[in-house]
Amino acid sequence: MEEIKFSEKSLALVNKIIKRYPEGRQKSALLPILHVAQAEFDGWLSPAVMDLVASILKIKPIEVYEVASFYSMYNLEPVGKCLIEVCQTGPCWLRGSDDIVEHLQNKLNIKVGETTADGMFTLKTVECLGSCGTAPMLQCGAKFHENLTTEKVDALVEDLRSANARSSYMR
Amino acid sequence: MGKKLLTANINIPGIETFDVYRKNGGYASVEKALKTMTPDEVTEEVKKSGLRGRGGAGFPAGMKWSFLDRKSEKPRYLVCNADESEPGTFKDRYLMEKIPHLLIEGMITGSYALGARTSYIYIRGEYMYIVRILEKAIEEAYAAGFLGQNILGTPYSLDLYVHPGAGAYICGEETALLESLEGKRGNPRLKPPFPAVAGLYAAPTVVNNVETIAAVVPIVNGGGDEYAKIGIGKSTGTKLISASGHINKPGIYEIDLGLPVEEFIYSDEYCGGIWKGRKMKAVVAGGSSVPILPADLILKTAKGEQRLMTYESLADGGFVSGTMLGSGGFIVYDETACIVRNLWTFARFYHHESCGQCSPCREGTGWMEKVLHRIEHGHGHMSDIDLLVDVAKKIEGNTICPLGDAAAWPVASAIRHFREEFEYHVKYPEKVSNPKHFEIEPFRSEKKLEAVGA
Repeated sequence: MEEIKFSEKSLALVNKIIKRYPEGRQKSALLPILHVAQAEFDGWLSPAVMDLVASILKIKPIEVYEVASFYSMYNLEPVGKCLIEVCQTGPCWLRGSDDIVEHLQNKLNIKVGETTADGMFTLKTVECLGSCGTAPMLQCGAKFHENLTTEKVDALVEDLRSANARSSYMR
Repeated sequence: MGKKLLTANINIPGIETFDVYRKNGGYASVEKALKTMTPDEVTEEVKKSGLRGRGGAGFPAGMKWSFLDRKSEKPRYLVCNADESEPGTFKDRYLMEKIPHLLIEGMITGSYALGARTSYIYIRGEYMYIVRILEKAIEEAYAAGFLGQNILGTPYSLDLYVHPGAGAYICGEETALLESLEGKRGNPRLKPPFPAVAGLYAAPTVVNNVETIAAVVPIVNGGGDEYAKIGIGKSTGTKLISASGHINKPGIYEIDLGLPVEEFIYSDEYCGGIWKGRKMKAVVAGGSSVPILPADLILKTAKGEQRLMTYESLADGGFVSGTMLGSGGFIVYDETACIVRNLWTFARFYHHESCGQCSPCREGTGWMEKVLHRIEHGHGHMSDIDLLVDVAKKIEGNTICPLGDAAAWPVASAIRHFREEFEYHVKYPEKVSNPKHFEIEPFRSEKKLEAVGA
């Protein structure tokens, strides 16, 4: 099996992040580094990737697994190239998030939680993203798409398809 | 028109850059504090201001600062809570995105007051694009000599870092936040000891909300007494309100505490009234966790007094007929909104966000979600309504952190004020089979007809 490792650029970032915390407290860097790792390794955290992070931080693998499984932004299974996350909590629901979810399900021909056959899109619903005044909204990578209409969703899906780039919280 | 202490300059082009921010009076509080005041004098001004924590609990900020263990030989920390996740709340995001240097200025002045040499801004991971805005602003502040060694040539030095979370509402609870900052699961800690004694790395720590820290800037600049002149009684200063839901003008409004609720909802300066010419049914005034109130009780207290945007006035009547200012997440519902469906989305939220540490919350939030799901989808029983009340009662007060209470209060209050609507769902399952049932035929009991003034 091929050994996995961070690119030089990512490794430099990882080392910079570790220096933000006092000596001996390098475990504090775990959450930010898992974001770097997820961006580098196809949008999800495989056991091998988590083991790599554990070795860099000199902590036990279980300390990484228990954290990765606690926070909702870490994907523990492969996801599509573009992860579309639609907010569905009260304030977004009041402004029509149900319609946005339904429209996306029909357009992508998948249910919430599924990935399109071509591996391009994964559709998820998420809880409040702090965009209640510009609801309904969805997040794709680091970008918030707000005041959504079905037309806006159509245009976004086309844009994402033609850009053909992996979505990442780090970009 | 109230005073704008935090947002007066927010629409100046380029205010997110150091140069424009500085030209408009930025970083004056750092100069004043570091060059002319002792740390304790800064704390004293915050105490005099009467500023209360803007994250939701409303605890006096100056008092929290004074609890910091100053005798400990360990380093001290100021940690900014930017984990804004309370449904209905989006004010911290607005400040950080539009005027990031205000938070950084407040962090420097606050860290000086507390004697912190390293400080962190813990921001929710979903706000990753704001991480970059803040990091750029921090870089500029270092370059201008407002961060790093010997700030402005004084003996005071400070390093400031941004730390992203990764999606967990519970990390807004300050001890869960500290656990998360230490690289662990966000499980709240048993208190005492409080963070002021044993916080980050078991060292003395103050955790403050973004808006609280930003408010330190005008307090130091203008003096605590001046700040305390705004507002009524123990509700001093200005407050950012996140307005959402069925209103004409959703958005962030900086109000003087004391503004009448009615004016906030109906004035064109603020929410601009209910959308589509409809009538108001209910309001959640302080984020999803606080009790929902029907239209009549949000405008006037049970005693018939005008309800004001203050901690005290919103709480008038206790939980029987009042609510809380909370985080200022102001969600408005029109007459077509289904209270049951709204509550189900909230219950689902708390179930998703429960950390799982305490059984009453871990199990109770799941039960409430399930029972509400079946009532909303036309499969409920009459006994389910009291079952919900019973489960909520058994969560409240029985958990390590306030997430349990936050999950229980919306359920208890919705049933208290809108019981007929739950009964209607059970009695007429065929009428609620369409998820948009009340858009087709708004629900109006005799009592609620009166409430919406119809």
